[in-house]
Amino acid sequence: MGNIPTTVKHCLSYEQLIQDYPWLGSRLQEEKRTLTREYPEYVKIIEVGPRDGLQNEKEMVPTGVKIQLINMLSETGLPVIEATSFVSSKWVPQMADHTEVLQAIHRSSHARYPVLTPNMHGFRDAVAAGATEVAVFGSASETFSRKNINCSIDASMLRLEEVICAAKQQQIPVRGYVSCALGCPYEGPIEPTKVTEVVKRLYELGCYEVSLGDTTGVGTPGSMAKMLHCVMKEVPSSALAVHCHDTYGQALANILTALQCPGLEKGTECEGRKQPALRDSELICCLAVALSDSAALKRHGENYPIIGPHETHGKWRRRKKPVQTSNYVTETGRMQ
Amino acid sequence: MAAVLRFVNRSTFGSRMGHQCLSLSCSAAVAKSVQVGASAGKALPERVKIVEVGPRDGLQNEKTLVPAEIKIHLIDMLSEAGLPVIEATSFVSPKWVPQMADQVEVMKGINRRPGVSYPVLTPNLKGFQAAVKAGAAEVAIFGAASELFSKKNINCSVDESLQRFEEVTKAAKEAGVRVRGYVSCVLGCPYEGQVSPDKVAQVAKRLYSMGCYEISLGDTIGVGTPGGMTEMLEAVRREVPVDALAVHCHDTYGQALANILIALQMGISVVDSSVAGLGGCPYAQGASGNVATEDVVYMLHGLGIQTGVDLPKLMDAGAFICSSLNRKTSSKVAQATCKL
Repeated sequence: MGNIPTTVKHCLSYEQLIQDYPWLGSRLQEEKRTLTREYPEYVKIIEVGPRDGLQNEKEMVPTGVKIQLINMLSETGLPVIEATSFVSSKWVPQMADHTEVLQAIHRSSHARYPVLTPNMHGFRDAVAAGATEVAVFGSASETFSRKNINCSIDASMLRLEEVICAAKQQQIPVRGYVSCALGCPYEGPIEPTKVTEVVKRLYELGCYEVSLGDTTGVGTPGSMAKMLHCVMKEVPSSALAVHCHDTYGQALANILTALQCPGLEKGTECEGRKQPALRDSELICCLAVALSDSAALKRHGENYPIIGPHETHGKWRRRKKPVQTSNYVTETGRMQ
Repeated sequence: MAAVLRFVNRSTFGSRMGHQCLSLSCSAAVAKSVQVGASAGKALPERVKIVEVGPRDGLQNEKTLVPAEIKIHLIDMLSEAGLPVIEATSFVSPKWVPQMADQVEVMKGINRRPGVSYPVLTPNLKGFQAAVKAGAAEVAIFGAASELFSKKNINCSVDESLQRFEEVTKAAKEAGVRVRGYVSCVLGCPYEGQVSPDKVAQVAKRLYSMGCYEISLGDTIGVGTPGGMTEMLEAVRREVPVDALAVHCHDTYGQALANILIALQMGISVVDSSVAGLGGCPYAQGASGNVATEDVVYMLHGLGIQTGVDLPKLMDAGAFICSSLNRKTSSKVAQATCKL
């Protein structure tokens, strides 16, 4: 507030000051405008609940329920909804109905429906089922890569290169994920330079966007800022996304940090149209954050069908009464 | 994320995982050189004072009545964990808040660690006198930024409540007792809805000029978001020095840590929180209330900010009170390190 001594500032009320020093008012308004211009005008939310969320749920969700969920999510205006995963049903039984889901969902004209394709086999099945966008994933941690998908980071990149090349030939956009961007359950802290290496590889191979995943939710705003600063030196911020887990309750603070990162001023365009600007500094509660945190869902316990978030809050809420669906799995595990 | 995320059981991770994750947050190498929020004027404080409100604000909102010995043991464990300020109890009428009926016994029973403050809530002169008699060296008073909330909560207008508190602050000055002020509903009111930042600033300024050494700004129903927090703090810090401000964020809508981060970026270095996230929201059935101290400390340590708090000891205190209350912790950090 200019040269006015601090003690005087706090003795006088603000209104009195503005009366006595009218020039202060406009100066402070300018400061306010500067402060509120720190965030991107538009934030694209990638809804991963139907895939990343459900695949980590123990209860088998019937195909009808998944389709209904995705259709309801399309109605909310979400621009990207990850629909399913073309992985072997031996490894991920929850995603065994991938083809049926992809073919039955109502595809909204404003939304995209990427599917996970870990290899060429999955990619071919996805295309045959009508996929128009796919997602691939790498890991920033060697041990996590070996334990999770049975191969080194380098070997996994070769596998992904095949998929990305094939997708390019068919003009199918590819989104990349990097797991363990802020920490690994086996290796502990992960060096930002290692994350940058993997992100850069995926980007140069042809992924239009790379999502940085805090797989175990151990990250804090400190480690998020450090990692992003490093990655953004090699990959443009417009090609980056964050995928924060809320395991340690840090997700929204980490997302806020990502939004505040310099270079993230412009939002992304969706389908060539600029989305309406969000209210200044408003954060949206990511459904991805809520659903991926399986602990949050477990708290709700009972056999309530997964129908969707409480609309006004975005945070997971339990319905007061169970919703009856025609073929919901009962507590005994049998389909009705 | 990956096609297969194996479910790892405790025997694989053991306590190593928990400690590894805690050490991730404690790594001093992480944050010192990095400014979170790179615009000018966003440097974070080096040190943050945590005001632990679990034994008072937390427990008074818990349905289960907790015996005095448990409360005393909790406070002693929290003292051992390194918390610099622990709100011990409340000198209100037991008719209104039965949980705090054992106020005198608790005050006299706790083991007061040197260098730690144990403020107590005193809504009026009678409560203040009883508190001083029981040995209180610091008291807390609260105003509301919302007229309706004030009327419904303490049966009088904001102005009338402030007049009542003037008696308390005068008496406190004479007795050499420090007074901390609270302002409720700073980011929204369950009855009025939106609350004007200027109204919050007015109430905060009055409490400050009455003699409160610190004003804690409470998002009573947790509806605030970083946008609202920024606007409100901008208004308040024009009237009250930022060193005399604290934030008391509720996590009812999951926004607490993000709001606290914003407050830190705006120069606030005092944060109220409740061990294990004790104290649900009386205005939203089943919802969470206070932000969990463990989650706040985890974030602060990850930012390289000192708190003086020993996180494992804090988590022990959380585990103790949750088992006494027979409830699950609301702290995500506690859940993450215990669930496997």
